[in-house]
Amino acid sequence: MTIHLSIVLFLPLAAGLVGAVLPRGMARWAVLAGTVAVLAYAIAMIADFDSAAGGLQYETNDQWIEELGIRYQLGVDGLNLFMVLLTAIAWVPCTLWAAVREQDRPKLFFFYMGLAETAVLGAFMAQDLALFIVFFDLMLVPFYFLIGGWGTGDRVRATTKFVIYTLSGSLLMLAAAIALGVLATPDGGQLSFSLEVLEQRSVPEGTQHWIVLLFALAFFVKAPLFPLHGWVPETYRSTPIPVLALLSGVLSKVGVYGFLRIVLPVMPEGSQHWQELFIVIAVFSILYGSVLAFSQDNVRLVVAYSSIAQLGFIVLGIFALDDEGAQGAVLQMLNHGLVVVPLFLIIGLVAARSGGGESLKELGGMAFRAPVLAALFLITTFATLAMPGSANFIGEVLVLFGSFEDKLVYGIVASVGVVLAAVYMIRLFQRVMHNRVGPAVRSRDIGGLDLAATAPLVAVIVALGLYPQFVVERTEKTTFQQIAAAKALADGGEARAAAPARQGE
Amino acid sequence: MIDVAGIAASEVKAPVIDYKELSPLLALAGGMVVVLMVGLLRPRFVRRALVPALSAGALLIAIGLTIWIWEPGDRQPIIEGALSVDALALGISVLFYVAGLVTIVLSLRANAPSEAGHGEYHALLLGSIAGMVVLAQAENLVTLFIGIELLSIPLYVLCATELRQRVSLESGLKYLVVGSVGSATLLYGLAMIYGATGSMQFGGIGSAIGGDELSATDPLLLTGIALAATGLAFKASVAPFHQWTPDVYQGAPTPITTFMAVATKAAAFAVFLRLFGQALGLAQLEWAPALAVLATVTIVMGNVGAIAQRSLKRMLAWSGVAQAGYLLAGVIVASELGARATAFYLAVYLLMNVTAFAVVVARERVSERGDDLASFEGLGTSQPWLAWPMTIAMLSLAGFPATAGFIGKFYLIDAAVAGDYTWLGIVIVIGSVVSLGYYLRVVAVMWMGRFEIEMPGPARRLVKPAAGWSPEADALAQPEVAAIAILFAAATIVFGIYPDPLFDLARDVGSSLSSLR
Repeated sequence: MTIHLSIVLFLPLAAGLVGAVLPRGMARWAVLAGTVAVLAYAIAMIADFDSAAGGLQYETNDQWIEELGIRYQLGVDGLNLFMVLLTAIAWVPCTLWAAVREQDRPKLFFFYMGLAETAVLGAFMAQDLALFIVFFDLMLVPFYFLIGGWGTGDRVRATTKFVIYTLSGSLLMLAAAIALGVLATPDGGQLSFSLEVLEQRSVPEGTQHWIVLLFALAFFVKAPLFPLHGWVPETYRSTPIPVLALLSGVLSKVGVYGFLRIVLPVMPEGSQHWQELFIVIAVFSILYGSVLAFSQDNVRLVVAYSSIAQLGFIVLGIFALDDEGAQGAVLQMLNHGLVVVPLFLIIGLVAARSGGGESLKELGGMAFRAPVLAALFLITTFATLAMPGSANFIGEVLVLFGSFEDKLVYGIVASVGVVLAAVYMIRLFQRVMHNRVGPAVRSRDIGGLDLAATAPLVAVIVALGLYPQFVVERTEKTTFQQIAAAKALADGGEARAAAPARQGE
Repeated sequence: MIDVAGIAASEVKAPVIDYKELSPLLALAGGMVVVLMVGLLRPRFVRRALVPALSAGALLIAIGLTIWIWEPGDRQPIIEGALSVDALALGISVLFYVAGLVTIVLSLRANAPSEAGHGEYHALLLGSIAGMVVLAQAENLVTLFIGIELLSIPLYVLCATELRQRVSLESGLKYLVVGSVGSATLLYGLAMIYGATGSMQFGGIGSAIGGDELSATDPLLLTGIALAATGLAFKASVAPFHQWTPDVYQGAPTPITTFMAVATKAAAFAVFLRLFGQALGLAQLEWAPALAVLATVTIVMGNVGAIAQRSLKRMLAWSGVAQAGYLLAGVIVASELGARATAFYLAVYLLMNVTAFAVVVARERVSERGDDLASFEGLGTSQPWLAWPMTIAMLSLAGFPATAGFIGKFYLIDAAVAGDYTWLGIVIVIGSVVSLGYYLRVVAVMWMGRFEIEMPGPARRLVKPAAGWSPEADALAQPEVAAIAILFAAATIVFGIYPDPLFDLARDVGSSLSSLR
């Protein structure tokens, strides 16, 4: 079967546009159908994917803007296969969740949902640096409107802060990317931003240093990591639940994905140069996120800070510049997305049962009357804290093994984060589900449609815990290729010699 | 070394005139006379409909003739030694014509033409456009200056055409005073350049700088360049010569503001490209660092100034200052790529700003709060056909992808980096980050509820209301303004996704400065 990535890419946007012309009540179902179709397509792609081949599959490669050397180049390999799947999986329950609830201005809301999915898929599938940035920045537009238009509290301030933070990073990345493209062009050569071309060309090491730094700035803001997370508290408090699940579960992965897709293979010298700094930032994020997650009162913020810690683990795994670490990071990118989406949806359900209260003080004692909800919550909690038997456990262990190899001290400090995760997640679960019944809590079990939204996700978490090899065997080949050049440098070798030519495959 | 013989010769011999190449300019001049005469007739129909129609007709004919004589490549002399035509002149002049057409449409229901007389108003507009065309086609310093004056003097009058509004008169006077200072400075600078190089012709200046007799660091030449740059900076509202911009933009009738924002800026940058790229290109190492500093100051001041504004016209004026700073980047690198990027951005700038100003025109005529941010509250629900174009314009000005503004900025940064001005590229993006603060505020006010900051006093409406008693009436009141907004917003998106036609245009324009790197 032939798979056209462009169809997957633009299907959600098309559904959103169709929804915009349909009658008011129909828009939601159009977009939901679009996301389901994308999921079906993604599953077909996984089934069809040739895990033995290392290079890009289902490639689309056309001229887009010749003058600027920008190509419309899409492709899927082991690295982004599961990111595409994660996007496809995450959008279905979130759209369903929103569809079964009454939305103000539904046409616009679901149009933005569709646009957002297209943008995220585009960022994951782009194989051209400029195209990646186009989608990376485009993601902000729907999220800006979704948070500002349908959020709660001081939503305008929150969404403005979110956009300015993120765009500061990504516009600097834009300048850096253009500089990379222009400076890498040999005399008389054609300007190109295609990643496979950029990997063959090289820019001087000194230039790589600041370019990598600007890229890292954009990705760290997006992730978010420790010193650049200033937008997190306000944004997480104001964002509507289904949007927040996507923001935290999927969008945060685009940043760290960028490291593996662009920074490490294109600028190995620069990446290796900052390795120590980035690891320190990652370890700081793990500790800072864990400690703050423990001390938060707002349920959303507990998960928000736990995400900072989790993303710290992922960055640690990437910049350990070690095969196991990178594999762990890739696995963890998928895992974290899969647990955070149901976690936020469950938080939404919980808040609905306490009259909108999201403070731990107002919650409590829900499990008794809501056994199914409690069970779902328990499973995701255990997965988040990386209980042995969950895929998160495998992911974190791989990350830690990877860092023990070379960066033992950092690895040991980071493993404290694993312990802290257990502390704050179990605290969260207890305070919400057990303890004294909160003053405004009217507990009831999960409804049929909400169950349909969350239960499949939890089932995927369980399945992945049983058989993580399913992901590992499809991703490891490309993952190793992506870090090969930087890894060789870290081990004291030559970058260009070590990088296997991707064209050859 | 002064070419006395050459001047003497041109006095006795009548210059050769190529009427085919001159035809767009003739169409404008003819239109100007006809419009002025027809405007004298009394019937209401003539004044309200026929005069604008004739003016628009003149512009359409000029566009048609431009397409007819379009030919990329070398310069064709029109009037020997005075005017000549190339793709740069033609391409940029299409922007003037389009801006003129937009202004005519936006003026249909405006107060200003009835106050000042329809014939005069439209004739002045055509005259100003003719000045811009002369400017873009100028071949020597004298025609350049004539062009500048021909473009400016009608604008001084047009700014003051709301005769009964104090702010409009103030705007006209302010523009007159500041504009005259700018013109004088420019003239002084041009005289010095002539003194240093001994030639009025751009080509002669270029070869004098390239020759052995004159060093590029000659003090007289550098002083001349500095003064000329200052004079042009006044016209292009480049900091620190931009202080007039917000006041003049705010006071002038909004259709005229639109015209000034897009067409005057395009004209000023056409001269920047011509004078600095072509005539002074070889001295680039001397003037580029100074202009780069100027660009940086402009970007910073424009963006910071815009943040504090609640009048949309003032905000767009400040944003125009910042955008002038971005545009300068394309001039500074003095490369063909830079010229292309500048031309491209000018076209994009026209699309975005016309969209934004059209929405402002539509709102200020129906809202009691005039062009204050408060009159855009909740526009997303009440009038989405205005809110969407405004949103697109704001996102494009801020440089979001899938809009033409993104590609334009990409191109400019590309040119800056390729011309060894990477830091200027970074300044551009930092400026864009700051600009989010005010562009997104407009979007938030339209889509996300009320504007929180209370007004010190009620904003006054300065224009005659076209509607304003109900949203339905507002919607029907001025369809042509909404149509302009929607059309240009759609173009902003289309060129953001498929920019090739604009690139072709920009490439032709750039090719006429082929003497550059």
